[in-house]
Amino acid sequence: MASLGLGLVARRFGVELDPRVEAVERLLPGINDGGCGYPSCSQFARAVVEREAPVTGCVAGGEATALALAELMGVEAVLGEKKVAVVLCKGGKEESTTKFTYRGVEDCKAAVIISGGDKACPYGCLGLGTCKRVCPFDAVVISENGLSTIDSERCTGCGICVKECPKGIIQLVHIGKRVNILCHSKEKGSEVRKKCKVGCIACEACVRVCPFEAISMEGDLAVLDHERCRVCGLCISRCPTQAIEARDGPFPQVEIIPDKCTGCGICSMVCPVDAIEGEKKEVHVVSEERCIGCSLCIDRCPTEAICMRAPGDSALRLASP
Amino acid sequence: MHEGSRRFRFEVSFPMTRLYFFQGGVHPSELKISQDTPIEELKIPDRIVVPLSQHIGAPCEATVAPGDRVRKGDRVGQATGFVSVNVHAPISGVVKSIGIFPHPIGRPLPAVEIESDGEDAWTDKLKPHEKYMDLPPETLKEIIRDMGVVGMGGAAFPTHVKFSPPKERPIDTLIINGAECEPYLTADHRLMLEEPENIIAGSQIAMRILGVDRGIIAIESNKPDAIDKMKGLTEDIPVLEVVALRVRYPQGAEKQLIKTLLNREVPSSGGLPMDVGVIVQNVGTLSAIYKAVRFGIPLIERITTVTGSGVREPKNLRVRIGTPIEVLIEACGGFTSDVGKVIMGGPMMGVSQYSLEVPVVKGTSGIVVQLLSEVEEGSAQPCIRCGSCVRACPARLMPTVLGVFAQLDMFEEAERYDVVECIECGCCDYVCPAKIPLVQLLRYAKAEILTRKKAA
Repeated sequence: MASLGLGLVARRFGVELDPRVEAVERLLPGINDGGCGYPSCSQFARAVVEREAPVTGCVAGGEATALALAELMGVEAVLGEKKVAVVLCKGGKEESTTKFTYRGVEDCKAAVIISGGDKACPYGCLGLGTCKRVCPFDAVVISENGLSTIDSERCTGCGICVKECPKGIIQLVHIGKRVNILCHSKEKGSEVRKKCKVGCIACEACVRVCPFEAISMEGDLAVLDHERCRVCGLCISRCPTQAIEARDGPFPQVEIIPDKCTGCGICSMVCPVDAIEGEKKEVHVVSEERCIGCSLCIDRCPTEAICMRAPGDSALRLASP
Repeated sequence: MHEGSRRFRFEVSFPMTRLYFFQGGVHPSELKISQDTPIEELKIPDRIVVPLSQHIGAPCEATVAPGDRVRKGDRVGQATGFVSVNVHAPISGVVKSIGIFPHPIGRPLPAVEIESDGEDAWTDKLKPHEKYMDLPPETLKEIIRDMGVVGMGGAAFPTHVKFSPPKERPIDTLIINGAECEPYLTADHRLMLEEPENIIAGSQIAMRILGVDRGIIAIESNKPDAIDKMKGLTEDIPVLEVVALRVRYPQGAEKQLIKTLLNREVPSSGGLPMDVGVIVQNVGTLSAIYKAVRFGIPLIERITTVTGSGVREPKNLRVRIGTPIEVLIEACGGFTSDVGKVIMGGPMMGVSQYSLEVPVVKGTSGIVVQLLSEVEEGSAQPCIRCGSCVRACPARLMPTVLGVFAQLDMFEEAERYDVVECIECGCCDYVCPAKIPLVQLLRYAKAEILTRKKAA
């Protein structure tokens, strides 16, 4: 009798649930990471169905999820570029000094309670793996050298580690922006030198060399504006402490379309690495060895005869304006 | 026993009413190796670094600029807000710089650097009060605050704040804390032997401020000479009684002390001694109160024990605030051999220092130097669920369970199991056979709960 009653009540008062909500939820990773701004995957699913959240909102699911959701909802997905986390510290056990021997809980957040951790540099990666512990995608590896490194293949840019790192040295960067200044120390150059071999010593060499004014000094730290950076990598060779690094992958390069080149020579004049050669009024050629793909020549070519060489990787196209 | 009979016994100064007990606690080796060494004046260092934040609460604002001449006792930092006190120049000389300097809490903080002129001349601004007992309580509190007096047992909580309970919290008892339950430390012990009059006069000022007529001087029974001395001096003062406590760490912790003496329990979740009608003050604080009120001398020096097997001659030193601990260790003959740890405070609750440049602050009760052979221990092993930490916890928590919650980021559960009641006394760490860093885990959970509350 009671079950009959319950059944009737359920039928009478039951709330209609949009079946699409469940369908959307099935397509989501289900890790409730909160990267979308909603507390859980099911809440995000409801928001997608109610058209409150974009189908591209799921950071962790990435491109595949966005496309699947777009298909289900009958909309077009406008894909942004994937972001990945980058740890802004290169000073592992080898390169940096410590204040004391730490013996305690193997966790960065617990370790910072004790005099800010054992690293002499107050901005250094402690390498005790709080980021590794919280990463839902196993994208963090703690190296032998006691540094946290992020596998950009596995990283989905969900941003959990960024929030959890007690030193605040993890940053989300578009995957194409492969050049990063891997130091976050705001201390004076002389202090940094004492504590770490690979820190930013505020020499400003990178600021001077950057053709795009993408690097500026924030106090005693060089900071890269990724919006302006064109991933030319000029700064990498200039940094005396090797604090600037590029993630793996080929650098973009330019090529000259022979039919359009008038041989004016402007490109060879603006090229910061002398990679373009050719006689006046003759078709110019780009040296594959030297070109760093900064695209300065593209900006200046009067006949639009220079373009980026199609690199295959969609991310790299960002380097062209 | 009803109130009347207790009062009667009290007035004819019979032996103290019976002692109660607090649950938990441990009894580590007492190691009071410096207890028979009289207080020695430390020579004035050439350079002193006075942190602008030496107390719990808002840091001071510097009132001097580089190049200024200061004399001993001049104010160099102005209190900001109610829970804050002034800081003063401990020596005479020239302000060299105002900058960020190493601080005992582990991260560099703003401080005033003063270079000595060797004269050690007093400021002319001292305001002594001969008839200080006639001053109204409010004026007394103001003097205490202006003279920068804070709790000198270690926590450095501004004393005037403790003396300002709201009207709905009537206070009936002042406890004068001379327990000194941390191993090694003997600073309070020596102070009770060498300056007991100051402590008693300070207690009388405190009782006047609070309007109470009962003061209990509590001393652990491993200091019989101090107990005798205090008993002798309070014979004619019926409102003060001296009580010998059993030796048990953390007997000197406020809540445990109140439980032992009065069988009153400070309520959990943010309760304070004032909720049960008690104010507890350390003996050093009371001596500082007397000096501040009677002579107008600000808190610019304190007694600090420099001890442990790592120093050649353990001593009790009278040091100026801001003296780098390096100078103290030198004055005690330097290190014996390979040093493992330099702890500011006692070995149970003190903070390990990584630099000898850190200065002595108002709360520095001792410097304990341990050898490498004493601190080297294996890494943490899995919990064997023996329950030692649960038995040892004076706050009646379950450290092992809380530790697991902290490790698994289960902070809501940790909060439900009252992790915020942890007094960080270190008893659980001390007894844990698996060497699990329980205090650190609990501190981590507490810190995380606090940041989450702030964010919410």
